[in-house]
Amino acid sequence: MKAMAFGVRNAKEILRDPLTVAFSLGFPVAILLLLSAIRANVPFDRFAIERLAPGIAIFGLSFLTLFCATLIARDRESALLQRLYTAPLAGTDFIFGYALPMVPIALGQSAVCYVVAIALGLEPSARLLAAIAMIAPVSLFFIAMGLLCGSVFSVKQVGGICGALLTNVGAWLSGTWFDPDLVGGAFKKIAELLPFIHAVELERAILRGDIRTIPGHLLWVMGYGFAAVLLAVGLFLRQKNRQ
Amino acid sequence: MPAIRTEKLTKKYGDQTAVDALDLCVERGELFSLLGVNGAGKTTAIKMLCCLTKPSSGDAFLNGRSIVSASALVKEIIGVSPQETAVAPNLTVLENLELMCGVHGFSGKKRRRKTEELSEQFSLHSVRNKRAGKLSGGWQRRLSIAMALISEPEILFLDEPTLGLDILARSDLWETVRSLKGRVTIVLTTHYLEEAEALSDRIGILCGGRLLLAGTAEEIRKATGEERLEDAFISIVKGAGK
Repeated sequence: MKAMAFGVRNAKEILRDPLTVAFSLGFPVAILLLLSAIRANVPFDRFAIERLAPGIAIFGLSFLTLFCATLIARDRESALLQRLYTAPLAGTDFIFGYALPMVPIALGQSAVCYVVAIALGLEPSARLLAAIAMIAPVSLFFIAMGLLCGSVFSVKQVGGICGALLTNVGAWLSGTWFDPDLVGGAFKKIAELLPFIHAVELERAILRGDIRTIPGHLLWVMGYGFAAVLLAVGLFLRQKNRQ
Repeated sequence: MPAIRTEKLTKKYGDQTAVDALDLCVERGELFSLLGVNGAGKTTAIKMLCCLTKPSSGDAFLNGRSIVSASALVKEIIGVSPQETAVAPNLTVLENLELMCGVHGFSGKKRRRKTEELSEQFSLHSVRNKRAGKLSGGWQRRLSIAMALISEPEILFLDEPTLGLDILARSDLWETVRSLKGRVTIVLTTHYLEEAEALSDRIGILCGGRLLLAGTAEEIRKATGEERLEDAFISIVKGAGK
């Protein structure tokens, strides 16, 4: 209940920031519209809506990392977190309070993305609901990264590292904009080692109904998710104790 | 049993001693001010008493509960208004109060009663639906203290509560603090001498992490032979530096 009270506050802080709403919903939708418009003029299979929409849905999650990290870093820099550290809240209350509100935001973000994709020609089906639901476990990695970065970096550093670096690395290595096979070599190997491409392929596989490849991609993403959660919890508790 | 008793409470950062073997006793219902120049160790002392920072050595007992071995129990009986205004800027005044009720695990009924009570006590009704981040510094401080009181603390820590406020906002806040006297044990840090004199039952003067003298304003003036508290303070602090 205490974590819930803190979580409600965190959700309100994020959703009441107009920049957050603009970036988390507006930016992915704008890219979806832009790339669809490009494809209408230059036929390019990579930007086919059934391939593009899952990529953009995952790309949107990197903003979740940014918002989560910014909120935590800002709270650390303000005295609010100090006040809350003097309240009878356990470390787990803080972690759940920061992480849980992010899951419905992630689901809402991907739902908006897929609804816009339907308007752009994506065939509506029950698989879409499964793709949206699968965002919940996938978002674990992105939320944990936010918790991790927010626990370590300042607000300014978070802007650079999560806002610029992570969103770009996540986008380039996800196979959304271009096929890593085209670059090959170390780039392809790194892309396959990291979770971004697996998250996108997982969503694409669900939309195709390709059940066979789903577990492999899911395990890969969840493995990174759990590792990131462990690291994030450790770093958050460390900075809490250092206060 | 005193509300606060510290025993050789010490905090070191590397080879620097921020608080040096602090022995202090604050009685229940008393308003005790810690007075000192910047870097005297006031905030560090408060942070240790609030369980935000672990002491390097020594201990303190708040209503008999050790800050070292029973910090969770200490957190149940304290309220803190930190030096910076600690409010959630995108939440309304009412939501900020509700947040504090929530993190203390209050039920819906108690939550409504406490938010109503604190809104009344701190005259927050006119701004209750405004976002905290949009309020003036004075209103934010008032809200900050209201948030610290929501858990009905036995001991309240006010760290530089009037820092940066204009004269009217400061006067309003003094009235608020006076209204709490006797009901709650209050430890207040300040470097405004007139504030310490106007509000406190007793004053402790900190310098270089050490408690130089503690007593009523009158006792401090008498101890130095000065007529004004300001002169007495300067005399004590400069004397310690020699």
